[in-house]
Amino acid sequence: MYEHDVIVVGAGGAGLRAAIAANEAGADTAIVSKLHPVRSHTGAAEGGINAALQEGDDWELHAYDTMKGSDYLGDAPAVETLAKNAPEETMNLEHWGMPFSREEDGRVSQRPFGGLSYPRTTYAGAETGHHLLHTMYEQVVKRGIQVYDEWYVMNLVTTDEDDPTDRECHGVVGYDVQSGTIEGFKANNGVVLATGGPGQAFDHTTNAVSCTGDGHAMAYRAGAPLEDMEFIQFHPTSLPSTGVLISEGVRGEGGILYNSEGERFMFEYGYANNSGELASRDVVARAELTEVDEGRGIEDEYVHLDMRHLGEDRIMDRLENILHLAEDFEGVDGLVEPMPVKPGQHYAMGGIEVDENGQTCVSGLYAAGECACVSVHGGNRLGGNALPELIVFGKRAGRHAAGEDLGAPEIRTGYGDDVEDDDTELPVQPGSAGLDTASGVAADGGVAAEAEGMLERAVERERERVDRLMDRDSGIQHSEIRSKLQQAMTDYVNVFRTEEGVKKALRIIRECREEYQNVYVDDPSRTFNTDLQQTYETRNLIDVAETIALGALVRDEFRGAHWRKEHQERKDDEWLKHTLISWNEGDPDIFYRPVILEGENKTYEPKERSY
Amino acid sequence: MSTQQQQQEPESQESPQDPEMKGTESPQQERLREKQEGMVDDHAEKEAEAEGETVHIKVFRYDPEVAAKQEPRFDDFHVPFEKGMTVLDAVMYARDEFDSSLTFRHSCRQAVCGSDAFFVNGKQRLGCKTQISDLEQPVRIEPLPHQEVVKDLVVDMDHFYDQMHAVEPYFQDEDTPDPADLEEQRQSPENREKIKMSSRCIWCGACMSSCNIAAGDNKYLGPAAINKAYKFAMDDRESEAIKEHRLRILEQEHGVWRCQTQFSCTEVCPKDIPLTEHIQELKREAVKKNLKFW
Repeated sequence: MYEHDVIVVGAGGAGLRAAIAANEAGADTAIVSKLHPVRSHTGAAEGGINAALQEGDDWELHAYDTMKGSDYLGDAPAVETLAKNAPEETMNLEHWGMPFSREEDGRVSQRPFGGLSYPRTTYAGAETGHHLLHTMYEQVVKRGIQVYDEWYVMNLVTTDEDDPTDRECHGVVGYDVQSGTIEGFKANNGVVLATGGPGQAFDHTTNAVSCTGDGHAMAYRAGAPLEDMEFIQFHPTSLPSTGVLISEGVRGEGGILYNSEGERFMFEYGYANNSGELASRDVVARAELTEVDEGRGIEDEYVHLDMRHLGEDRIMDRLENILHLAEDFEGVDGLVEPMPVKPGQHYAMGGIEVDENGQTCVSGLYAAGECACVSVHGGNRLGGNALPELIVFGKRAGRHAAGEDLGAPEIRTGYGDDVEDDDTELPVQPGSAGLDTASGVAADGGVAAEAEGMLERAVERERERVDRLMDRDSGIQHSEIRSKLQQAMTDYVNVFRTEEGVKKALRIIRECREEYQNVYVDDPSRTFNTDLQQTYETRNLIDVAETIALGALVRDEFRGAHWRKEHQERKDDEWLKHTLISWNEGDPDIFYRPVILEGENKTYEPKERSY
Repeated sequence: MSTQQQQQEPESQESPQDPEMKGTESPQQERLREKQEGMVDDHAEKEAEAEGETVHIKVFRYDPEVAAKQEPRFDDFHVPFEKGMTVLDAVMYARDEFDSSLTFRHSCRQAVCGSDAFFVNGKQRLGCKTQISDLEQPVRIEPLPHQEVVKDLVVDMDHFYDQMHAVEPYFQDEDTPDPADLEEQRQSPENREKIKMSSRCIWCGACMSSCNIAAGDNKYLGPAAINKAYKFAMDDRESEAIKEHRLRILEQEHGVWRCQTQFSCTEVCPKDIPLTEHIQELKREAVKKNLKFW
């Protein structure tokens, strides 16, 4: 068994930042990650970091843009925390040596991004995430923080009181991918989940293969609710064949979208008469698909993004990486021809419910980054707001987990007297497909149970589960279930959603759950058994996909990235609230908590979003 | 990149494994075929799909724990071809459809996580950014040479990481700015441009694997680590004193002077980093520094 004060699961931007902060706060900190840190998906982020750095800009404008972009589903205390702390955190990265793009006077450059009233996106070429990830990993190396890389976290170790707010998280069970060893990791102070997005729940995604929602699913099963899962961002510019992302920076620099008629459709058809291509992402993604649906798409699938007019110098200076991506993955030379693009699953606005300090309702369990929902992005995330979220809330979670007092949070978590129950009738009984409980439940009995005893039992359970999976020599393989699940989500829970479609998806997810009971691992080896690891991940994807579809079903309105055919209006009277789904012994329990629109100096009044 | 580098192309590298191209079906694939032969329903469709154009890949297999794989060998897979298919796509298809024990690292599929560097038709390449249509068939896919094979295409990266860490790869001037003073350090666009290419390294290990010197001298820092040091040493934001400290690390016995300018690292770098040039520049810097103190 390993023991540390703070255990950070995941080593992308949020995980590294949390680990550095916990270490600086004096805690013995370790990172456990299924990838080596520099392989984390943060490295694929291209665009930049929003931070009000210049004169004429200020954090209140940033907060306002973010609230508007969120379609008034962001919680003001979280949004304002983000906007206030982003400048300091961005400057901190600069002082750690991050190679930002520069102006002639040597200051860091900033550029316009969609939905921003000021060009406040700080960037490093079109590879900002790569530099951010490496810069922070360098700081982890500098501080000598212990990293357990290629250790897959299988489950959390949590007590199992009836009320999740009485539960405590004592650590995690890890699987050393290289050797097959299963070991407990005891966390004396806290566990910070920073496991990234769940994009692999979809077939066409910009997300890495590793983005399987492991943290979401583990926290969910341990009793922390998942919040606003229906809000999935579809990025307007991903390459059609692979889902590889073409940065919003292209449009930020002046790139233009054309349909098959050569029309600049964002203006031509009135999708966004003021901002055009730089409207917020949900608006542009819908516009593109509408063009395709109305027969003005190219090959009935995509539209064109043109940056030729920017000129080679500017492209090479600010978007060089995009040229390589278009060339390598689509065979298109962006200097001489437009690039094919279509919307692709990109980001989950929702996630594990946490407060401004990164804490869930389960004591000792934290989450930060894309796997968490504070909520700063509400119904739609603005481009350039993911990276500041990682560093601002990663740092806060790390400090709080290490025992620093950050003051009482304004955002509430868990089931309390401010929540409202749901009584929607579901097409299927989702979660309850009699999964063998030993593998399904993260929690463990006994209030008085000692952490060490609990950890040992949890390790034993995972060893048994692995033995069961590997002893079977027939059944169904994870890849079959996974691709069925991904296809269903892309077919029915995509940019455009209907009640019938979402119900169909739920029925398929239920089938996946049932099939999963016969899943088996064909690879008999204990050495680097990715078959086994992916079998675990597939289980997590089923849980996460189910919450996305459930959220999409119950929210019968049109807000942010969530569009429903039968409900073409934002219903502020009814829906200025977060959807929360908690795992009630395998049965999803849906409830709601009102959104907080009162900020420090003002209340954000919902207005029509026009760009 | 430049023609000069192409002229310097290294002699063909030997595979660390048995070069014999003997193909066998993997036990899992064999089992799958038997299953398919015994069943007519949905498998018939799969085979029908596979009747179109296929790509023949030969994949290196080894697993220290599984009796049938303890002796290294190549397995053959015939994967349905699709336009735009990469080497990574092909091995993923083989894994998901034919043999789930086929093991390799991969994650981002867009040439930035650096985890899927393989030895493809005798050259270090990233699986995800290598179009299969550009390669001669059968496409031979092996683990990176000169690194210990853990299983199939997975190699032990520990030594590579150790060398990266050995150059003190972190900014060394004062840690954090005064929070009250939200000012960045100034850096000219020219200086940023100078370090730009070096900062693109994704730690894939292709360069190290291609380097004959690194293969023979385990202590040699190697092109990736030296390039990492270059990024810091050339960054004007770090002080002169720290630059000297960095050069001292680099001019040690197993540092920059080991490089014999064979350009193999530059040749294989998937991010087009001029690694050899960077190493030469550091040699010049080291000489200049020494002259100053003599």
